[in-house]
Amino acid sequence: MGKGIFGRLRRGLKKTRERIASSLARVFTGRGRIDEEMLEELEATFLQADMGVKVTARLIDCVREFHKSEKGLGREGLIERLEGEVASVLGSNSASLNVSCSPPTVILVVGVNGTGKTTTIAKLAKMLQDEGKKVLLAACDTFRAAAIDQLSILAEQAGVSIVRHKHGADAAAVAYDAVEAALARGMDYLIVDTAGRLHTKVNLMEEVKKVQRVIAKKIPGAPHEVLLVLDATTGQNALQQAKMFHEALGLTGIVMAKLDGTAKGGILLAIKQELDIPIKFVGVGEGLDDLEPFVPSDFAGALFES
Amino acid sequence: MFESLSGRLQSVFRKIAGYGRLSESNIAEAVREVRLALLEADVNYKVVKDFIEKVKEQAIGQETLRGVLPGQQLIKIVHEELVNLMGVSARELDLSSSPAVIMLVGLQGSGKTTTAAKLARRIKKKGRQPLLVPCDTKRAAALEQLVSLGRQLGEAVYEPGSDRDAVSIAARSVVFAEDHSLDTVILDTAGRLHIDEELMEELRAMKSRLSPREILLVADAMTGQDAVNIASAFDKALDITGAILTKLDGDTRGGAALSIKAVTGKPIKLVGIGEKIDDLELFHPDRMASRILGMGDVVTLVEKAQEAIDQEEAERLEQKMRKHGLDLEDYLNQLHSLRKMGSLESVLNMMPGLNQLKGVSLGEKELKRVEAMIQSMTPGERRNPHLLDGSRRKRVARGSGTSVQEINRLLKGFEQARKMMKRMGKFQKGMMKMGGSAWQS
Ligand SMILES: Nc1nc2c(ncn2[C@@H]2O[C@H](COP(=O)(O)OP(=O)(O)OP(=O)(O)O)[C@@H](O)[C@H]2O)c(=O)[nH]1
Ligand SMILES: Nc1nc2c(ncn2[C@@H]2O[C@H](COP(=O)(O)OP(=O)(O)OP(=O)(O)O)[C@@H](O)[C@H]2O)c(=O)[nH]1
Ligand SMILES: [Mg+2]
Ligand SMILES: [Mg+2]
Repeated sequence: MGKGIFGRLRRGLKKTRERIASSLARVFTGRGRIDEEMLEELEATFLQADMGVKVTARLIDCVREFHKSEKGLGREGLIERLEGEVASVLGSNSASLNVSCSPPTVILVVGVNGTGKTTTIAKLAKMLQDEGKKVLLAACDTFRAAAIDQLSILAEQAGVSIVRHKHGADAAAVAYDAVEAALARGMDYLIVDTAGRLHTKVNLMEEVKKVQRVIAKKIPGAPHEVLLVLDATTGQNALQQAKMFHEALGLTGIVMAKLDGTAKGGILLAIKQELDIPIKFVGVGEGLDDLEPFVPSDFAGALFES
Repeated sequence: MFESLSGRLQSVFRKIAGYGRLSESNIAEAVREVRLALLEADVNYKVVKDFIEKVKEQAIGQETLRGVLPGQQLIKIVHEELVNLMGVSARELDLSSSPAVIMLVGLQGSGKTTTAAKLARRIKKKGRQPLLVPCDTKRAAALEQLVSLGRQLGEAVYEPGSDRDAVSIAARSVVFAEDHSLDTVILDTAGRLHIDEELMEELRAMKSRLSPREILLVADAMTGQDAVNIASAFDKALDITGAILTKLDGDTRGGAALSIKAVTGKPIKLVGIGEKIDDLELFHPDRMASRILGMGDVVTLVEKAQEAIDQEEAERLEQKMRKHGLDLEDYLNQLHSLRKMGSLESVLNMMPGLNQLKGVSLGEKELKRVEAMIQSMTPGERRNPHLLDGSRRKRVARGSGTSVQEINRLLKGFEQARKMMKRMGKFQKGMMKMGGSAWQS
């Protein structure tokens, strides 16, 4: 697993791991007991990876427990234990896209502004297209300047078709037309791009709910997938985003974009722990091939491997 | 869910309130709580650490303020230090050349293009002639986005033609601006990772070619711990002149603001508060401090209390309380102190914990009546309210222009307060210093 995302992730996360290791080394050398100050430092190390207070507390509890129950546990052993704990927070199965037994499978993509929704859609489209599927995109971001142009250009790059209206049109109307077109043209997938919206804006959340309703009305059971795109650089607010979008739409999956930077994306643990929404993909670049499936055990391994 | 920062600090406050007085060890616990609170607000861990050191230094050296709870005092110091760290006042852009070149840089999707348009509008309002320049030749429809925004604004957008080189587009746009008497050139650059050496080099080249007046890092207010890496990398490469924080219209605490300022030393100049073209404001460090801290009200309270409450009086009262319990005379004195602090209701509202006390509904008008009633009592009656039988109550009611029912209510409330104060134990001492505002429960 040295290549691809987790190779990259590991490199990125190596520093974190090293910091954790050095903190742990100090915890376990010398006095042979856990010193509160050291635990605080360890806690800060986890927090620095954007893991959030709750998950951090859980991990710290683990350190205490492991230390109490297994006195002989060395540094390596402890890291292994923590890794196991992180993996358990993230869940055990790697999640793939939901597929409808009667096509089209409709995927609604949502998130706050600028996280990478439109790019992720193009990546998904390319991935499915490469699998030989017929993919249609719906340009339901009718609000942001040139959002429709952006999706059109990306659709062309991915080699898929698109349904679009004019700038300023009703997003739900675009969705309606797109579903009709997908049905008429026998598409395997319809992927719906939506405008970026802060989860705190009630009217905008209502708008995207309406898009969902329109889709559900035309195809019972659709959208089969409601994906929230998060930006890996985001801190604790990502949890709030996940909560609010989940409440409004019932999320079926999360994509974390921009994991190719130096941000650790540790908030995913908090989100998984609190909301139990499957994390499906990670974005690792701006290119259309820079999308990788999310594998919990690998993610945990990348955090803690020696 | 995480507790809100404000909620967290309220609990810190409650803990400290119990200490009664400030000592090195109980500060240690309190600052640890504050540290966690700041981390929850996404302030970078190292920044928090430095910050806490500073606050500790200050707090431990200080004498306990008169009439203020130690916890409140700590929060005031925290707030002051937050403001100090982020700069004391709002900073305008430096546009003292013609054409003045402004370069917007940052990570992907942080809000550069939108902010470019917002800046054009802002600058236009100040009587300048902006030119928007699309230097992003990378992202799909980046040019169209800026062109569309320019059209919306009615501002000039430079047309790069077939040029795909960001530096040469920027350079030619400045010549264009000079030729067309446009005095402010706003360069919208492509989003890039701070670790992308090649693209960072492109920005360096652009800078050395154009000597921009302002190089502004456009950063997402929701950024987490990584804000320090991002900001320091851009600053190292470009020696930025400041930052613009976008998407502050959400519910993020915005700790990134503190991180960015702390690691670069560069001011945050403007903030984006919406997707619309007018949604750009000057950055106010004090407001940001309150947002990150969530306890601006306590800070105000401490300031007021510092002026109003007399330490000796509080101590005298405290001693007396311990010996004899509370009497109506003290009650009146404390009401006077409170009056000096401003509207009683506002004072109560400012106090964490107290604003949740049930039955606290002493308005300004009621306070005046209470004052009148107590003033109509003899000193003996004030010290020993049991003396107030039916006929004395009638006399007091007449004297104060109130009714016997009101007197009854006052005495009942006072009796409850007295009982409550006994129960409150340690907490009571603190409240006495605050001016006895918990007595109305
Ligand atoms: N480095 C990196 N950049 C990405 C990734 N995904 C998207 N981006 C970039 O992030 C920026 C924003 O991406 P978009 O796809 O336009 O984001 P969006 O969520 O659709 O934005 P709005 O529609 O404006 O809310 C673009 O510059 C993308 O190229 C990723 O995985 N890594
Ligand atoms: N709510 C809110 N949204 C904002 C704000 N500023 C920008 N946005 C939105 O954030 C998203 C990204 O903005 P852009 O201006 O395209 O970002 P960018 O930095 O130019 O992106 P790239 O060029 O892809 O790197 C868009 O959906 C904007 O409408 C703000 O202050 N508040
Ligand atoms: Mg988009
Ligand atoms: Mg842009």
